[in-house]
Amino acid sequence: MFGLNPKDARLLIIVAIMVVAAPVLLNPFPEGSNLAQFNAGYPDLMQRFVIFGIFAIGFNILFGLTGYLSFGHAAFLGIGSYAAIWMMKLLTMNIIPGIIVSVIVAGVFSLAVGWISLRRSGIYFSILTLAFAQMCYSLAYSVLTPITGGETGLQPKVNDPRILDAATNDGVVPKTNLFGLEMTSSTEIVMGGWVFTLNAGYYVAALVMLISFYISIRIFRSPFGVMLRAVKSNQQRMNYTGLNPKPYTLAAFVISGMYAGLAGGLMVAMDTQAGADRMFWTASGEVVLMTILGGVGTLIGPVLGAGAIKYMENILSKINKDILHQWFALLPDGLEDVIVALIYPFVGKGWHLTLGLLFMLVVIFLPGGLVEGGQRIAALFKRKRKPEDARSGKSTEPAE
Amino acid sequence: MEAIILQVLNGLDKGSAYALIALGLTLIFGTLGVVNFAHGALFMIGAFCAVTLSRILTLSHTIIDETRTDFLGNPLKVDVPYVYGWFGESAGAAIIDWAVPLSILFAIPVMITLGVVMERGLIKHFYKRPHADQILVTFGLAIVLQEVIKYFYGANPIPTPAPDAFRGSFDFGAMLGFDPNIIIYPYWRIIYFVFAAIIIGGVFAFLQFTTFGMVVRAGMADRETVQLLGINIDRRFTLMFGLAAAVAGLAGVMYTPINSPNYHMGMDFLVLSFVVVVVGGMGSLPGAVLAGFVLGILESFASMREVLEVLPGINQIIIYLVAIIILLTRPRGLMGRKGVMED
Amino acid sequence: MGILEVKNVNKRFGGLQALGDVNLSVAENTCHAIIGPNGAGKSTLLNCLVGKLIPDTGSVMFDGQSVLGRSPHEINQMGISRVFQTPEIFGELSVMENMMIPCFARRDGAFRMHAYKDAGAERDIIDRAESVLEDLNMIDKREMTASSMSRGDKRRLEIAMCLAQEPRLLLLDEPTAGMARADTNNTIDLLKRIKAERDITIAIIEHDMHVVFSLADRITVLAQGTPLVEDTPDKIKGHPKVREAYLGEAA
Repeated sequence: MFGLNPKDARLLIIVAIMVVAAPVLLNPFPEGSNLAQFNAGYPDLMQRFVIFGIFAIGFNILFGLTGYLSFGHAAFLGIGSYAAIWMMKLLTMNIIPGIIVSVIVAGVFSLAVGWISLRRSGIYFSILTLAFAQMCYSLAYSVLTPITGGETGLQPKVNDPRILDAATNDGVVPKTNLFGLEMTSSTEIVMGGWVFTLNAGYYVAALVMLISFYISIRIFRSPFGVMLRAVKSNQQRMNYTGLNPKPYTLAAFVISGMYAGLAGGLMVAMDTQAGADRMFWTASGEVVLMTILGGVGTLIGPVLGAGAIKYMENILSKINKDILHQWFALLPDGLEDVIVALIYPFVGKGWHLTLGLLFMLVVIFLPGGLVEGGQRIAALFKRKRKPEDARSGKSTEPAE
Repeated sequence: MEAIILQVLNGLDKGSAYALIALGLTLIFGTLGVVNFAHGALFMIGAFCAVTLSRILTLSHTIIDETRTDFLGNPLKVDVPYVYGWFGESAGAAIIDWAVPLSILFAIPVMITLGVVMERGLIKHFYKRPHADQILVTFGLAIVLQEVIKYFYGANPIPTPAPDAFRGSFDFGAMLGFDPNIIIYPYWRIIYFVFAAIIIGGVFAFLQFTTFGMVVRAGMADRETVQLLGINIDRRFTLMFGLAAAVAGLAGVMYTPINSPNYHMGMDFLVLSFVVVVVGGMGSLPGAVLAGFVLGILESFASMREVLEVLPGINQIIIYLVAIIILLTRPRGLMGRKGVMED
Repeated sequence: MGILEVKNVNKRFGGLQALGDVNLSVAENTCHAIIGPNGAGKSTLLNCLVGKLIPDTGSVMFDGQSVLGRSPHEINQMGISRVFQTPEIFGELSVMENMMIPCFARRDGAFRMHAYKDAGAERDIIDRAESVLEDLNMIDKREMTASSMSRGDKRRLEIAMCLAQEPRLLLLDEPTAGMARADTNNTIDLLKRIKAERDITIAIIEHDMHVVFSLADRITVLAQGTPLVEDTPDKIKGHPKVREAYLGEAA
């Protein structure tokens, strides 16, 4: 299907189904129940899942395939955001021009940064990308304020030109839309105690994510993808096989930069603001965490990693002491306090601690990330099932 | 001329901090071949050693002072630190006042222990793994350490003053024969610089003149040969990790009066220190120190008003800009060795 | 006029004259061995041929064109393939993928971005890779991860990768170094067969005289960076200068 082998096609279809059904799947707990705060099926968060999924998919094309660890990819995301918001200010609140331009601008920037940074490899490359990103961040914060809005960032204003849009006289900033379909428009479906929100913005972002995912599968399976893995494996052999590793790596860098720009543009399309914070090095570190946590070099890993981290950031961080006490209220008082005291450092404001520990555990024990974890569990079940089958087979024989 | 001296002086304290952290990073990288992203966290923990000690010293018990009354007319409750009881009031007050310098004694064993535990417990298992894995696991560790400190000390900066004697500034320009009131320099900064110079000198002397240091240097150059000579290089390298941790920790302790410590100060310094290490040349100790001071001073020059008028915003990016230029023109940094981290 | 002409090549590293006035001519479709004691400059010479080093003076011509100043991948595209002392392969990739890469290089040149094709559907590439693997009796290993193979198989794969490019000149840098006797003999047989069946020129650097005398048509003896003698294997065997170079002046 779509030029994919059956296994990849199956993966794509599964991901597509999950993404389409996400508003339902991520809201398993009825509204108003104690567990409702674990529901992740609200538009804001789901949009973040898919947008950071795109970011991580792109990062994985560079880091997963070529092994070049960039610590500055957030810069391209930020640049994409600025480009998109300027399109919305100048041209139209329709998201299409903004997203296209954000991809192009991020691509141009990543071409320039990659061209210079890729003269070095290893940690030198990491530091060069970090230096470029930090420069972008600092400049966006200070000197480039006329373009970037400095500390306050950029938002569409009522009196922006928006030359393609019809004039609005009601003094309200128009909402981002796709040919009239507003990104914020949602339909709520109430089923018993459950409320599911189907949001236009989410589905637009999800569609873009599926397309990005599809393209990344194609790249992984293409001759180009094989070359990128060859870059990671042995550049010396590549050189002596008549291949020039540089343009291959640069192409991967630019593609992943464009993915980052796309994510940045989509972010603006969903939530019309852009600020320099998005370019800070911790944001670059976050996408590294996502990719590693999910499974570097795997197809689905980065998406899982992005989902896991955004879930923790938004759900785990909301659990406070009162909620913990509520949960363990059934236990005897002393025990309740002990358990709450033990859990509390890992949730709420301390969710970064859980993230750090989880990340360390993954790097130490599961270099293949969540994907490898899943595979190991699956293998465990297969091994278990076999002896059971054999035993049940034997036990039935005498009975007959 | 005055302006130049002033900027050089201003750059010294930041440069000292960069140099100390970069020195520790390079010690670890040179001996163990590990890229330690948790090194900034060690700097931060050093700073919090100072916070902890000053908190311990000010632990108080409440007594009721019958001779004085509060505004309601009741007998006044006074918090009296335990140290007053042990050393007498004046000596106790002096000890509390000198909490930051005293923390050096407290921080050395803490940091060495922490460093050794880190090396034996975690880093050891990553010698054979790719550099990217080392970066990632120590990055994770840095997040964990940072969050642990945040949990115990909160997210806000904790002011930790220098001893009374070193608060305030002195007229450095007048001492050099310039007009008074032009080059005013805080006492603590000059102390920080002198302290950093002593530590750096100490580390170099240790590596240069002791047998231990000689073996470590030989191990840095060729680990296998040293091992073939029947020397247990691993144990020495573990101690070097402890030493590097102590250097970072002491840099943190002494930095507290300059900048109130907070839990993410380590990361802020780490990113710049890595740039410093790379500019100096991975694996070169003199390179790390040189680059630390050069970049610190350059940064302070770039924040001069005259420079900012010509090149707005240059103070924000100068370090990165210099790093990019150096890496592109001198691939191994200022004093780097061939073949280090080029895979 | 040979396919490879090395003229008056000098290379100095600081105070060390690694190569001094090296002249070498390798005739087409022969096997030319370069031997010499340790430090004779054999590897330096090889590195000058493939673009890893640039000689201080002199010229290196391959098929009438200078290779000097070209990067390794350009020189490879001219038709020179190199086998390394320790096998250089793509360890993380499967044997089949290892084989496909040189096939792509031969078809598409140094860089071509086929990002949207399916690598598994490139029939011509796969056929070529398979035919070389079959020729070298490795087809049953096609799905193995390259790094998990034995050293002998890695060497065989590296040679297969070079052959897939159909090079005109194959450079071998001590291809049997560190190998067990059986693996060495297999490699000799393989190289003999390659030499017999293909239009290919082979230049080989080797310590193992057994390998050299079973393969070479001509032998150049290098000592202290200069060629001592060049002759057929039979003449080299008894040559006094060679014995002197190998056994020291006392002999």
